[in-house]
Amino acid sequence: METFSYRHKADRRSTGSRAQAIVGVVASGNLEVLVERILPGTECQVEVSTPVTGFGAVWEAVIADFVERRSPGGLKLSINDGGARADTVALRLAQAVRVIEEEGR
Amino acid sequence: MTATSFVRHLSPSWYESSARDRVRILLDAGTFEEFIGPEQRETSPHLGIFDLPRQFDDGIVVGRGRLDGKPAFIAAQEGRFMGGAFGEVHGAKLTGLLRAARDARTIPVLILFDTGGVRLQEANAGELAIAEIMRALIEARRAGARVIGLIGGRAGCYGGGGLLAGCCSALAVSEHGRIAVSGPEVIETNRGVEEFDSRDRGLVWRTMGGKNRRLIGGADAFADDTIDSFRAAALHLIERAPAFGLDMLKAEQARLADRLERFGTCADGLDIWKQQGIADATSVPAMSTETFIEVANRIEEPRHDAR
Repeated sequence: METFSYRHKADRRSTGSRAQAIVGVVASGNLEVLVERILPGTECQVEVSTPVTGFGAVWEAVIADFVERRSPGGLKLSINDGGARADTVALRLAQAVRVIEEEGR
Repeated sequence: MTATSFVRHLSPSWYESSARDRVRILLDAGTFEEFIGPEQRETSPHLGIFDLPRQFDDGIVVGRGRLDGKPAFIAAQEGRFMGGAFGEVHGAKLTGLLRAARDARTIPVLILFDTGGVRLQEANAGELAIAEIMRALIEARRAGARVIGLIGGRAGCYGGGGLLAGCCSALAVSEHGRIAVSGPEVIETNRGVEEFDSRDRGLVWRTMGGKNRRLIGGADAFADDTIDSFRAAALHLIERAPAFGLDMLKAEQARLADRLERFGTCADGLDIWKQQGIADATSVPAMSTETFIEVANRIEEPRHDAR
């Protein structure tokens, strides 16, 4: 199992008031993303746990791109990976931010 | 296509939905409150040893909410995470929920089974979990809680899940739902292809599939593959499920003995359905849900107070 932890400064703070959201499932080629609104200001943290080793550079690139596009300030995202491809990871990260920014429960 | 069938399909497919979506849509909107949610990260202590990924909720969602305005406990297995299999934490969450139902006495429990059985990587802990859940389930029923199983997910309800389903007050199943203890390939491996050909998909469905389970009384209600249909079935069964006691157990034993006597020599579901008096038994697998429910209600065995 390989783990990574990335810290970024986003451009702005994520909107909405939900405290947390979870999307996806840990299955082959899929992943789950737990997103929690627990960080101050525009800080963003992404924790990755993956059974597929040797792809650190790809994770780093996908997450840097995600932070630039979605500006998830104040959010901590935790990933349990089931061997997802980079495009699936990018979609799940975007989905997680979309769900936590939704109004209501 | 008629307007009626269009409206019916607005409710999402049970089979295609995740455990979390099933819970959210089944209960009254916005009433679900999760116990030990994913943010608590109560993950499996065993999977890491095998270098396998964990899931934050260990593949089961438990909590409480409201169903048609009334309180209900609910548990839903995620069939896509390790086949919905029972591990130590997964099982402990269900045990805890059933103990809460025992203490509450009158609040029904819905268990949305979607499981291949015990997780092989935590076999001993998983088997112990099944035993603990079984005891907690029976204690909850003895205290007065109705425990309703809903089965229509992609993993079916196998292994220890099949045993737990047998302990419930009542079960609802869809055509996609399969209920058994040993799966098709396990039977073939142990008893030979002449006993059971696991590649004969028709045979598998005629034996373990929702329609046969409903016809032989293994399941008490048949649902369409929508969350709305399972919701209606759950509400119906909460009202109708028998109380737990010696009389019910005796009636159940008599029903099972009678079933064995009548159908014990049948080699195929088709033989059972013919013997039950279904004129065109071969048409059962292709029957629409509406027609099938009519047929099933018509030939329904005398139930006494058995489940």
